[in-house]
Amino acid sequence: MRAFAPILLALSVPVFAQGSGPTPPMANQQLADPTQEAQAMRLMHSLRCIQCQGQSIADSDAAMAATMRAQVRQQIAAGEKPQAIRSWMIDRYGEWVSFEPDMKGAGLLLWVAPFFIFVASIWLARGLFRRRS
Amino acid sequence: MIAEAGLAALWLAAAMALLQFVGGLTLLRGGAGQLVPLIKPAAYVQGALCAFAFFALMWLFYVTDLSVLLVASNSHIDKPMIFKLAGTWGNHEGSMLLWVAVLSVSGAAIAFFEKRIDAKTLHATLAVQGFIALGFFAFLLFASNPFERLEPAPLEGAGLNPLLQDVGLAFHPPTLYMGYVGLSIAFSFAVGALLTNQAGPAFARAMRPWVLAAWIFLTIGIAAGSYWAYYELGWGGWWFWDPVENASLMPWLAATALLHSVSVLATRNALRAWTIMLALVAFAMSMAGTFLVRSGILTSVHAFAVDPERGAFILALMLIYTSIAFVIFALRIGAVKQGEPFQLVSREGGIVANNIFLSVILAIVLIGTLYPLAAEAMGDKISVGPPYFNKATVPVMLLLMVALLIGPMLRWRRDALMRIKYWLIGAAAILICGGLAAWKLAPDTRLFPLLGIALSLALAVAAWLPLRGRKLLRTPLPIFGMVIAHFGIAVSVFGMASESGFSKETLTALAPGESAEISGWKVKLDDVKPVVGDNWVAVEGEMVASKNGGTFMLRPQSRQFFKPEMQTSEAALLTRWNGQLYAVIAQPNQEGDGRWQVRLWWKPFVTFIWYGGILIALGGTISLFGRMFRRAKKPAINKWERA
Repeated sequence: MRAFAPILLALSVPVFAQGSGPTPPMANQQLADPTQEAQAMRLMHSLRCIQCQGQSIADSDAAMAATMRAQVRQQIAAGEKPQAIRSWMIDRYGEWVSFEPDMKGAGLLLWVAPFFIFVASIWLARGLFRRRS
Repeated sequence: MIAEAGLAALWLAAAMALLQFVGGLTLLRGGAGQLVPLIKPAAYVQGALCAFAFFALMWLFYVTDLSVLLVASNSHIDKPMIFKLAGTWGNHEGSMLLWVAVLSVSGAAIAFFEKRIDAKTLHATLAVQGFIALGFFAFLLFASNPFERLEPAPLEGAGLNPLLQDVGLAFHPPTLYMGYVGLSIAFSFAVGALLTNQAGPAFARAMRPWVLAAWIFLTIGIAAGSYWAYYELGWGGWWFWDPVENASLMPWLAATALLHSVSVLATRNALRAWTIMLALVAFAMSMAGTFLVRSGILTSVHAFAVDPERGAFILALMLIYTSIAFVIFALRIGAVKQGEPFQLVSREGGIVANNIFLSVILAIVLIGTLYPLAAEAMGDKISVGPPYFNKATVPVMLLLMVALLIGPMLRWRRDALMRIKYWLIGAAAILICGGLAAWKLAPDTRLFPLLGIALSLALAVAAWLPLRGRKLLRTPLPIFGMVIAHFGIAVSVFGMASESGFSKETLTALAPGESAEISGWKVKLDDVKPVVGDNWVAVEGEMVASKNGGTFMLRPQSRQFFKPEMQTSEAALLTRWNGQLYAVIAQPNQEGDGRWQVRLWWKPFVTFIWYGGILIALGGTISLFGRMFRRAKKPAINKWERA
């Protein structure tokens, strides 16, 4: 049953894809359980509002963002794991919607780069001291 | 008439820049150099002409001359005067004119005041400046003429983006531009010194005030922009890792690194190549910043400033300047003499650590900002946002804080950690106690905020230690400047950690008469009323916030602007010593139950973020005045003068 939850939820919100129409109530109201709400918030901050300019859905006034916030809260309330909701969003809207690229494919280099740069710069600086002392 | 005079002044100024450049070329080619005596006067005239052109444009905005295209498309007869004037630079053409004007006036100032470096290096520096200015004159005159006429003149004008109609924001872009221009001057000095092979302490002392001034402006600009985003966007965030925010952060990071290494070069005659490299990088970053903002190549909340064709022009300028500079660097750096040696555990070592950590952060921000572009070129459309930047940069920032606990306590050239062992033990004690206390207060806090709190507490003490054992009245002002700026870092990081770790949020819908709770505050919505402003209408919520017997009025607004049409929310902020209560009123509830959506946050110590920013800028300013004052008293001479 849990596997179907996203589909059922999608069916229950037919205006979702248009990003217009009445705002679902959960868009602007917190979940009763603070732990769940914190989870939802963390996830919302990592999802991009695709209607606006570079804001996350957690801080946008756009109708689309409101609909997506409602989606996140509903699915969290239904017991979905944040990671599953994120994948669901990515399936629906593409990688573009995630502010945090996965550590695979196109995103892998991005996560490796900081370590590489750090090590490289320490190595460079070590040369500096060795040469001069 | 005024518009035409302004345009003519720009053309003449461009001719002066060309003269400066050609004069410099004859000097470097070792020719007869008849043009060389003209370089300084050309710089003065260029500065005066550009200042005139800028004030001419400001006059056109002052009288709202709608026959000028720029005024017609960015101003409106009904706009408040302050925003009419701010409209001068609140648009692409005007802001580029401001850039060129500041650049040219600074060039004139260098020509007039700079006496420390030898004449040849000074002339080379002014020539490089002329070369940079030429590119921007071409850009202004061919691709973004601010004085273009509009026939027939419209009756009222189109207006300025409502988000920009804000006193704080009216001064945010020019502040950043001052910073960018300051870095272009540092760049001119660096290239000038490379060309004449004078990359010694004298050059560093000549360059330092410009770096310092640029850095102060960037600090203020970034802090102001951050506070603006915080209260204007209405969701309580103060940093979004938006491409344009990153575009201003990158030059700041480079300038901060440069500021420290140039001090080493000025006082210890070490890190020569390193300093020149950082000066080139800092300018490249400020050009990249301008390019990212102006081109619209990355989607951002600053999308109002976008124009792809002009972006291409700026990109071309950036590539020309930086590639020429790096070629000169590669050709000349072999001739730059090795600086004075130092050991790992020394003040220089600490500053190298500062430089490395800042450069790593800079590289991460640069990669993260440009990565979506690269991925898109490969066919992947991905986003890189706050979760990535926070995870990747915060650990390095924390390392930087650790370096800051130790570095300023060390002696130049060589030192031993044993000498400062009592402080090291003390710092460790503060770190552990502070961390444990914060964890005890809020057990579910994440690691980064905890470490941030602990480190900022330790730094709040460490920052003052360089004053220990000094006679305060005889301590040079730059030392006070450093101490205050470092303390400002502690204050700011404390605010950031506290906000991100301990903020509370209440999102709800209230009908008049109902109330909500947040962190011990009771917020009652008394009434919702319509309000009319100069060029907007709004709904205003009247809220009463009460805690421990004290009651306060909050009046958040949801504003609808016309000319152009746009909706913005004006958050109501209640500032207490230990944080801010942040209230927003949004749309009426969809169910038609008479309730209004209300968002409330309690943000503990959030104001410290910007207080810290002010302290950092203040420290820089004290340091700058100290240097100028000291210079006026006695010309600084030390044993490396003839390096």
